[in-house]
Amino acid sequence: MSELVSYDEAVAAFEPVLGLEVHTELNTKTKMFCGCQNSFGGEPNTHTCPVCLGLPGSLPSVNAKAIESAIRIGLALNCSIASWCRFARKNYFYPDMAKDYQISQYDEPLCFDGYLDVEVDGETYRVPIERAHMEEDAGKLTHVGGSGRIQGADYSLVDYNRAGTPLIEIVTKPVRGVGAKAPQVAKAYVAALRDILRSLGVSDVRMEQASLRCDANVSLMPWGSDELGTRTETKNVNSLRTVEAALTYEIRRQGAVLLSGGKVKQETRHWNENGYTLPGRSKEEAEDYRYFPEPDLVPVAPSREWVDQLRASLPEPPAQRRARLQGEWGLTDLEMRDILGADALELIAATVEAGAAPQAARKWWLGELNRLAKEADVELDAVGMSPVQVAELQALVDAGTLTDKLARQVIEGVVAGEGTPAEVVEKRGLKVVGGSALDDAVAAALEANPSAVESIKAGRQQAIGALIGAVMKSMKGQADAGQVRQLIMEKLG
Amino acid sequence: MALSTDEVARLAALARVDLSPEELAKLAPQLDVILDAVARVSEIAGDDIKPSSHAFEITNVFRPDEVRPSISQEAALSGAPAEEDGKFRVPRILEED
Ligand SMILES: [Zn+2]
Repeated sequence: MSELVSYDEAVAAFEPVLGLEVHTELNTKTKMFCGCQNSFGGEPNTHTCPVCLGLPGSLPSVNAKAIESAIRIGLALNCSIASWCRFARKNYFYPDMAKDYQISQYDEPLCFDGYLDVEVDGETYRVPIERAHMEEDAGKLTHVGGSGRIQGADYSLVDYNRAGTPLIEIVTKPVRGVGAKAPQVAKAYVAALRDILRSLGVSDVRMEQASLRCDANVSLMPWGSDELGTRTETKNVNSLRTVEAALTYEIRRQGAVLLSGGKVKQETRHWNENGYTLPGRSKEEAEDYRYFPEPDLVPVAPSREWVDQLRASLPEPPAQRRARLQGEWGLTDLEMRDILGADALELIAATVEAGAAPQAARKWWLGELNRLAKEADVELDAVGMSPVQVAELQALVDAGTLTDKLARQVIEGVVAGEGTPAEVVEKRGLKVVGGSALDDAVAAALEANPSAVESIKAGRQQAIGALIGAVMKSMKGQADAGQVRQLIMEKLG
Repeated sequence: MALSTDEVARLAALARVDLSPEELAKLAPQLDVILDAVARVSEIAGDDIKPSSHAFEITNVFRPDEVRPSISQEAALSGAPAEEDGKFRVPRILEED
């Protein structure tokens, strides 16, 4: 590990300049250049064919849906779309790519010159985007022996199921003028990108499954200088938290090197889960990819009409959507932050769409359902209750059929797979009971608690709690406490 | 054009072709001849001829996003010099630091 200076010391002396490369796997049904199924995992080497195994004589063919997704991504990132562009061969020898080259794009990216506005601490920063181009993913290596790392391994195993998965690489221009906020801006950028990709429905954007990956470049230059410093590139940055942590670490490390009069070495580094970066030793050693136009594929030339049509069908940008919904729902910034933190925005939106009031929808998703999801250690959207069912539950509460307390039991039932809210109410017999049964219970409670009755008559209103409690107990909770209070007051009044 | 033997040695290294000094010395002038021939084509092509990377002037040849059967794991591994757990087994990639 290297020497570090404090973050404040580093950014007092130097301006950080960022560069971010994000790879996202598209969720098309098939791979980029062959009809093999594009899916995460599976038995090794069962989703392969001569094309993605790079066997002689095989020829790639371009997945139309992948091109469409790439254009939509470019448009959502405010990019220009090339009217004509080509694929290129990027040559390298590494066992994760059986062909010994990757089909990518070189100087003719499909999408270029865009930007994405991100917000940090209430301020908006514009991240300029250089390009978004198409390429194919590599296979998956497992290193065997040694410490399980590539260095010192006895040998490696290759699974080509992932080879040929459509990938979009989104590259920023140097991001300047963000100062000490650089790591936060980088994190906000990746989060915003993730939200956009999710809203477009083009990728699963699960960083932990590597369907969204980030390489974070950073360099330091003295404040006021115009000459970019030497950058390092940190790979293996596989969570939003890590984006921020890795950049913060690199800024402190580079700051220490420069402040002690040294020079930053241009290199690829790897993020270590224990909170530091280490120089990597990998295929960069012979970094001469000898790009040339892919002779097996013809150029891609999206028509103006097609691009316009895709532009017109883009969903509302996530940031705009958030602001609109917050306004429509009348939520505070804090309430909104909790919703976003719990990844509940779309679930609440769908629940409201299904007829529930926003505050009620918010209450269930952030309360009981969030708790159950955490308990089961699953994402909120996999908790086992749909937005429509939550709206149905709230309708029962609104109609007075359920109290909040009973509603929570209904949620447990739905999540446990006992059926729809109405079915769970029926099966568990959870309906609020009114009518003569309730009248009888109230009468019985008054008779059984003469001292409480006396207290109330003497003006000590708080004594009513004991009576309500007694009624609720005899009704096994299936009564509305407000209604019980009213009945008691009527009887005593 | 004069391609140096050093440049040819680097290309050979990039392409993982093991060449002896004698072979390098023999191949460098031959590659030179090929490069010269290609350069002649550029000279002949006037401004009215667009650079092309393909024999046909066609674009947008796409395939619908429909799954087609893959080959079996056994077939996939049938050409592998070594295999383990359904995966291709390859020699050590990097030496110990
Ligand atoms: Zn395939």
